[in-house]
Amino acid sequence: MPLDINSYLGIHAQALMVESRRTELLASNLANADTPNYKARDIDFKQALAAAGASSGTSLALQTTQPGHQSTEAGASAAAEPGVEYRVPMAPALDGNTVDEQLEQSAFAENSVRYQATLTILNSKLRSLMTAITGS
Amino acid sequence: MSTFDVFTVAGSGMSAQSVRLNTVASNLANAESVSTDPSQVYRAKHPVFQAAASTNGNKASTAVNVLGITESTAAPDSRYDPGNPLANSDGYVYSPNVNVVEEMADMISASRSYQNDVEVMNSARNMLLDTLKLGQS
Repeated sequence: MPLDINSYLGIHAQALMVESRRTELLASNLANADTPNYKARDIDFKQALAAAGASSGTSLALQTTQPGHQSTEAGASAAAEPGVEYRVPMAPALDGNTVDEQLEQSAFAENSVRYQATLTILNSKLRSLMTAITGS
Repeated sequence: MSTFDVFTVAGSGMSAQSVRLNTVASNLANAESVSTDPSQVYRAKHPVFQAAASTNGNKASTAVNVLGITESTAAPDSRYDPGNPLANSDGYVYSPNVNVVEEMADMISASRSYQNDVEVMNSARNMLLDTLKLGQS
């Protein structure tokens, strides 16, 4: 019976991708902390994981033959990104910027720890697999 | 999707903040540079930032562009100083419209943002290096 590596690694592989996506978003928020009219974005983990779990291997992509054709693949349009939402600002700013640096920093720190945790879990799963294969 | 874009974004943030720090330094250094002619006097400089859409289609990464440096259009201050060699015929000199307190607050904000970007870059680098070690003991 062949091993399906996707189901063996389970939700952790998708969680790693969502966390990596979140790193990019939070880094953009921090870099644009002083840009007028920039709206901070973040990922709602629950929604993003649910969408990632549902779409793995079962989505049908529309065939695109011209550059103008729309695609239903995840990430093809900003609206299709599951879980990416705008942050509600705690205090209004005159220049329209909604980035709260302290909030973004703490979210970034939390995300780094989650990423490390997911890596540790994935690593231990892969090591067990290697032990099962090599027998030692 | 590429986490390597984090380096581009954080790098652009650091570059933008250092432009901002440069303008603060220029403003503070020239806060007392008086002139005879109000159209010639030093005017406070401020950078204009803009969010830059990603060039490789990555919707999660938004870098910062410095559109340019604008000069403040507020009227320069004039003060009565007949002993100054640069005073005009009425004894007035024009001094720049630099608000020193504002510039110091700007400097603190710029240096905090710069530190945040450095931390983001370090964390992202450590995360990627740890990812490369997956599967090793």
